[in-house]
Amino acid sequence: MATDTLTNHSAHAPEHEHHDTGAIKVFGFWIYLMSDLIIFGSLFAAYAVLSPNTAGGPTPEEIFELPFVLVETFLLLFSSFTYGMAVLAMNDDRTEQVRNWLVITFLLGAGFVGMEIYEFHNLVVEGFGPDRSAFLSSFFTLVGTHGTHVTFGLIWILVMIFQVSTKGLTDVTRPRIMCLSLFWHFLDIVWICVFTIVYLMGVL
Amino acid sequence: MSGSHNAPGGASHGSVKSYVAGLILSIVLTVIPFGVVMSGGFSTSTTVVTILIMAVLQVLVQLVMFMHLDTKSEDGWNFNAIIFAGIILVLIVGGSIWIMHNLMLNMM
Repeated sequence: MATDTLTNHSAHAPEHEHHDTGAIKVFGFWIYLMSDLIIFGSLFAAYAVLSPNTAGGPTPEEIFELPFVLVETFLLLFSSFTYGMAVLAMNDDRTEQVRNWLVITFLLGAGFVGMEIYEFHNLVVEGFGPDRSAFLSSFFTLVGTHGTHVTFGLIWILVMIFQVSTKGLTDVTRPRIMCLSLFWHFLDIVWICVFTIVYLMGVL
Repeated sequence: MSGSHNAPGGASHGSVKSYVAGLILSIVLTVIPFGVVMSGGFSTSTTVVTILIMAVLQVLVQLVMFMHLDTKSEDGWNFNAIIFAGIILVLIVGGSIWIMHNLMLNMM
């Protein structure tokens, strides 16, 4: 690693170097998240502009099932909380608990993605796919991009469950768990905006 | 707290208490706008303002209590980065909606 080589030249104590390398990785990931935020912002802007254009197709209030979306929201919110518990367990060096909380987080996240796929499938079957209107194009793009992020987050959680089981909590795996923590909480924050702007304001 | 020194994030990582508080606040801030919209008993403008305020509050709650954003970690660079991203967001989202709305009015 380039960063390892660089920090080896500095005069810090060894633990301090590891701390710095980990902190730099997590900070770099934070910068990535900020660029991701801009992507979501652009998609929200596109949705805000295009959503009134239903081209004779369904309007938001005709196709959104708020109670269904509320359950999705709670699945993601609770998974965000259980991931926080995994981070706390990591701070206390309890490897077994970290793994268990990650498994629970994965199941909640998988439930969310499953419900979203079910919703999308139903819409497409009824003929309300992304090709129906500008509203549906922007809806599928925005919500689908978020769902894709969550799916990649799930893959990452699986990888971390595997790495924590085989390597344990090391200077390599800890920063990865911290980066994934930021990623996962970030996706919940984006979902709050989706829930409010797309679903709640859609049915007004 | 022992985690604040050896944790690789360089930031503080909270406690069970802060996560539970964040969770409860988030649930409340989700249920209130949901209830307001489902009841349908309020005017549209009141409803929109209420749910937008709840959303902003919940975003702030999660940034602070789940992601531990503060103005001090990484010498404030975490905070600087999100402020910068926020300015870009206002330009992109606000600018797009403004321009397209004007365009729509002129095409009518």
